[in-house]
Amino acid sequence: MIPLSYYLVLSGILFVCGVLGFLIKRNIITIFMSIELMLNGVNLSFVAFAAQWHALSGQVFVFFVMVVAAAEAAVGLAIIIAVYRTRETLNVDRVNLLKL
Amino acid sequence: MLHLILFLFFATICVAGAVNLLVQSHPINSALSLIVVMGSLAAEYLLLGAEFLAAVQVIVYAGAIMVLFLITIMLLNAGKEERSKGSRVATLLGIPGVTIGGLLVAWTLLGRSSTTHSVSIGALWGDPKSIARLLFHDFLLPFEVTSVLILVAIMGAVVLASRPEAVARGPRKDAE
Repeated sequence: MIPLSYYLVLSGILFVCGVLGFLIKRNIITIFMSIELMLNGVNLSFVAFAAQWHALSGQVFVFFVMVVAAAEAAVGLAIIIAVYRTRETLNVDRVNLLKL
Repeated sequence: MLHLILFLFFATICVAGAVNLLVQSHPINSALSLIVVMGSLAAEYLLLGAEFLAAVQVIVYAGAIMVLFLITIMLLNAGKEERSKGSRVATLLGIPGVTIGGLLVAWTLLGRSSTTHSVSIGALWGDPKSIARLLFHDFLLPFEVTSVLILVAIMGAVVLASRPEAVARGPRKDAE
């Protein structure tokens, strides 16, 4: 028997790592991957609670999160490609103007 | 007991991958360690009895989405990230703050003693049949809405990633 809190702590650690990556990373792609890490942490807590309450809807919600993550990845990476095309850099510190 | 050992094993891999994502300076290495995180999370899902979800995690997350990331990294030829003043400030303030916040959350959660109804290995209750019944019956409207969302996302990605001059020029002449 694994306590529910172990799963929640693991998902919290993953989320915290994602937040940390979002703060300290300067590469726009790595920042994007940190967001995926946060989504994964949230997914784990969804599944853990679904197992706790024997409610499958928690697992169905993970599918929705995955769909949103896929849509976000597609649009976000397209934006990254557009940014790289105009600025020739992936460093977020150099992307500091809305207009070129 | 076996459950706990498996949980700790995959949790260690998971956390190691997540920390490695932060430590590595090259985006390719970060992306590969993120794949490790997702793979070990799939194992955690299996421990929780979500067999279909574990498969989807590997296929969609570690497969499709991460391939998208890797292709973008290779397409843009992303090199090592450079450090700047702002990133040093973020490191100095971010790491202690986030660590304290994480410890607070862990302390709060571990103080409560509730156990999962841990499933025995092989007794998987998140089978595709019951998930599909829920997804296509109870959650039919959200399901359809997400399909619209995916469609919009695809069109947005195509418009954003296409070259501006190609959009302005319209359909190519030589295609006729």
